[in-house]
Amino acid sequence: MTSDGKFGVIGKPLQKVDAVAKVTGRAIYADDMLLPRTLHCRILRSPHPHARILSIDTSAARRIPGVQAVITGADLPIKFGILPVTQDERALEHEKVRYVGDPIAAVAAIDEEIAAAACDAISVEYEVLEPVMSIDEALAAPKDERIQDYGGPHNIHKLVALEFGDVEAGFAQADHVREDVFFFQGNTHLPMEQHSAIATYVDGRITLWSSTQVVHYVHRALSKVLELPMSRIRVIGAAHGGGFGGKTDPFAHEIIVCKLAMLTGRPVKCTLTREEVFYAHRGRHPVLMWVRTGVTRDGLITAMHFRTALDGGAYGSYGVASTFYTGALQTVTYDIPAYRFEGCRVFTNKPPCGPKRGHGTPQPRFALELHLEKIAHDLGIDPVDLKRRNFVMPHTRTVNWMRVTSCGLEECTERVMTASGYAHRDKRPGHGMGFAISSYLSGAGTAIYWNDMPHSEVQIKVDRGGVTAYCGAMDIGQGSDSVLATIVAEELGLQPADVRLVTADTDTTPIDLGSYSSRVTFMAGNAAIEAARKMRGMLIEAVAAKMKCDAAAVEVAGGRIGDFSFQEASVLAEGRFGTLISAGSYTPPKLAGPYKGSGVGPSPAYSYSACVVDLEADARTGLVKVNRIWIAHDVGRAINPLLVEGQVEGSVYMGLGEALMEEQAFRKGLHKWPSMLEYKSPTFLDMPEVETFIVETVDPEGPYGAKEAGQGPLLPVPPAVCSAVYDALGVWIDEVPVTPEKIVEALRRRAKGEPARFGPARFPSIPYPTAIKVEPPPREMDRAATSSI
Amino acid sequence: MLRLPRFKYLRPKNAREAARMAADLGPRAMFVAGGTDLFPKLKRRQFDVETLIALDFLPRDIHNGSSECVVGAGVTLASAASNEHLVKSFTGYAQAAGLVSSPPLRNAGTVGGNLCVDTRCNYYDMTYEWRKAAGFCMKKDGDICLVAPSSPRCWAVSSSDTAPMAIALDGVVGLTGPDGERELPVSVLYRDDGMDYMAKQASEVVTSLTLSAGRDMRTAYVKLRRRGSIDFPIAGAAVALQLDGDEVVRCRIVLSAVASHPLEATAAEDFLKGKRVDAETIRETADIAAKPAKPLDNADLSHFWRKRMVHVVVEQALLQAATRTPGSTVKLLGQYPE
Repeated sequence: MTSDGKFGVIGKPLQKVDAVAKVTGRAIYADDMLLPRTLHCRILRSPHPHARILSIDTSAARRIPGVQAVITGADLPIKFGILPVTQDERALEHEKVRYVGDPIAAVAAIDEEIAAAACDAISVEYEVLEPVMSIDEALAAPKDERIQDYGGPHNIHKLVALEFGDVEAGFAQADHVREDVFFFQGNTHLPMEQHSAIATYVDGRITLWSSTQVVHYVHRALSKVLELPMSRIRVIGAAHGGGFGGKTDPFAHEIIVCKLAMLTGRPVKCTLTREEVFYAHRGRHPVLMWVRTGVTRDGLITAMHFRTALDGGAYGSYGVASTFYTGALQTVTYDIPAYRFEGCRVFTNKPPCGPKRGHGTPQPRFALELHLEKIAHDLGIDPVDLKRRNFVMPHTRTVNWMRVTSCGLEECTERVMTASGYAHRDKRPGHGMGFAISSYLSGAGTAIYWNDMPHSEVQIKVDRGGVTAYCGAMDIGQGSDSVLATIVAEELGLQPADVRLVTADTDTTPIDLGSYSSRVTFMAGNAAIEAARKMRGMLIEAVAAKMKCDAAAVEVAGGRIGDFSFQEASVLAEGRFGTLISAGSYTPPKLAGPYKGSGVGPSPAYSYSACVVDLEADARTGLVKVNRIWIAHDVGRAINPLLVEGQVEGSVYMGLGEALMEEQAFRKGLHKWPSMLEYKSPTFLDMPEVETFIVETVDPEGPYGAKEAGQGPLLPVPPAVCSAVYDALGVWIDEVPVTPEKIVEALRRRAKGEPARFGPARFPSIPYPTAIKVEPPPREMDRAATSSI
Repeated sequence: MLRLPRFKYLRPKNAREAARMAADLGPRAMFVAGGTDLFPKLKRRQFDVETLIALDFLPRDIHNGSSECVVGAGVTLASAASNEHLVKSFTGYAQAAGLVSSPPLRNAGTVGGNLCVDTRCNYYDMTYEWRKAAGFCMKKDGDICLVAPSSPRCWAVSSSDTAPMAIALDGVVGLTGPDGERELPVSVLYRDDGMDYMAKQASEVVTSLTLSAGRDMRTAYVKLRRRGSIDFPIAGAAVALQLDGDEVVRCRIVLSAVASHPLEATAAEDFLKGKRVDAETIRETADIAAKPAKPLDNADLSHFWRKRMVHVVVEQALLQAATRTPGSTVKLLGQYPE
């Protein structure tokens, strides 16, 4: 920034620093790596959704020429898992398998075909158990046995119940109370790059290159399962071909290649097939939701009671956090004075669900937006008006203690309303427009495991005129490397291309908790500012001494520091201070409320979005064609507007896929279509025009005011689609995906005089515990919070 | 990742040589033209193949006669879709070719290959590991049909977009076998069997497709699929109408993706002949045409909905064909024009 407050590179639509490497295929992904003498690994997976393993015979596999090692669960018995409370996974299972695709054995061979043939030659004897394939089945007593040996009753994994404020009193004040049930189907991330990992074991040290979002968590899991100190393991994030939350857990294949490298002394690589990526999953939880809301005659919310039931799949993964997330952010967009949340996650014999873009919040957002719209129709109030009347205000605290700072909800709404002409839309049958809003975290306020370390650290080294920034953050395609380079460049008066980056390498970079929960720009960005400002200070001091002037008079811009080029200034500073290094770190403020479970939901800042969908829906066929989408996103400040637009459009794309077609479907215990052709995700031709509006509210804590952009804009898309279908045809589709057959069925029901809707009929009876009663924060805490920032 | 199996790759110089190789090698050899369907299936181990016999010698030219057109079997689907003569005089065929899969695959996939494309079923078009977990089906490695377990036959679905249109246009394929050449109408090229779906000899090479258009022939192909690109058809209708004024003098209606072979809606054809084309007649014809279609639960979306949609695709194809002046370019009325 120059002395007159103008940015040099912040806010400019600059090309990504790694754009050429990615576009020309020169970036080196894990699967591109082939070290001398590399062995290839394939994994034998369970053909049964639920079974006990009686015996595993690998002798025939070991006899196949070219096979170098075969391992089973007995070689890797230690359990791991992303959350400390759910260490329930093994890299290879030798006792029990819990979904079709659960890993059982692994082979390292001189080529992949031999490894595959060897997997086929392993014989496993099973005692097949009754699979549990739905939420209802999981809530009932199991026919054979429970999937996991913790949680309960039956196959319940986690139950939570929280109450904020006086909910009964809130409902008593209401003029109108409405209940609805919704279902959000599970879906998967579908990254272009399949998971891949390659490991070496040299001089007693493991080095793993992997397509992961979080080198730190992989590092921890490897240390635990391989029983090696972290200092003897190095995890490097290879160039990344897409994560969307699907590469945020430590995975079996990452541990397996390390173990095989240790056993064979040779590099070992494993690249998952597309089918295996569907099994690795950790995608969107299918969630059944029940919501009851009381409102005044004017549509002001007096109380809300929200229940969720999550189909978690076979393992814990991030599930406990996901469960809390289905109840955490309702209050961050609408002012709800009294709120009860009851959540439940169950185990089923399916690939484990986990975090997918929006982690646990798109499902309740879908329910909430449609539910409020239905209330508006009940009251005869325009749905947009009703929502606006309930919007949270900036710099407030919600009833469940979430601290809201900057909030551009109103401005986002105004932008899409004006641009889309929603209020004056063409109301012919078959044409509809729908509106929805959302909010998302700019990084989770608490870490996944308890520790006192900063959430992100950045080191900067300057020598011979070159700048290198070191950070553990992983660029998963969202552009975090570009953001880091831009911030460092801004502070040092350079261009992003002038900054060398070393990222996501546990040997050479300081800690960053990784690319998830939309945390990198906010947290690594703030750490980078701190480190860069310290470096800037040294450069200025050296230059000021040489110029014999006041430090305040030294301008840093355009590749110059005062009268000197950056290179000359760096030589001066190195002469003055010795080796030029600086460091910065970021720890989010302690924001959690005074209750158990308060760690999920707090964030140093929330992004906000508003969206309008325009579509045609054909009553005869049920086919939907989305014409256009307007979306406004409050990103605080766009560090690079091109990247923000990319994230917003990508979110819209993914949201449309979830709204209209994507579905993790099962048949006879098997994933119905683990292939990119049969699992339907939109093509270019299914993607409408998207008009993106960037709203800048300049958050007081964000780097230069920035907040997140990678996840929040997905959330309003599915409810806006359903709202538009209702506008077009007058039927509610209360579940996603909105397939043509569901629309046709809803229209048929209406014609027969039944309720004009398609969706779940009931919410099951769940043994939620008595809700923990939490006093809401004092209303005036809001202002106090602002001044403390 | 999935790897191709090892195979021998033979490059004969002509169709006769290719056919002789195929006859000599038997069922462990397969022809490969564009390979867009074959190679993924080899990766999924849906074929046990030791040898691939390349058909890259096949003619890639299109000869226009006054009322017929000879399309070399090696012509790519992309070329067929954009060929001026086909677009003008055999519009429905060009449409069908242009609706196969996606642009890169149409650049490789061929006219002959699409006629011979394997039948599909979502219990069959899966990897070896998936099929092993599900239990193998009779089409590959197993002995029952997983869609209809009590059925003695395989119900895999004919998924060619161009075959129904070729039948509607009185198409005839040129075949070269080990001992000679022959011609066969496309209407008798298929059998109603998901496994043994082609009536030609396995060693015979399809070398050409001859399409015939009577005077004032109007054609259209409407394809239903979930997305705007890449998907195989889940229902489709190929229509050829010859009109005398308003009156239908000749008509062919052939359905795709609703049976193990392209299904000609003969009752609907009989109904429409001699009638004037109007909205009511089209609706009734489509009703009759949809009746014999029996989609099963082995493709995308529910079979109930697909059954219902057969009526819609037939109606749209008839409407398109009827309202089209020969030679005009047409905007597809289907879900997604591509």
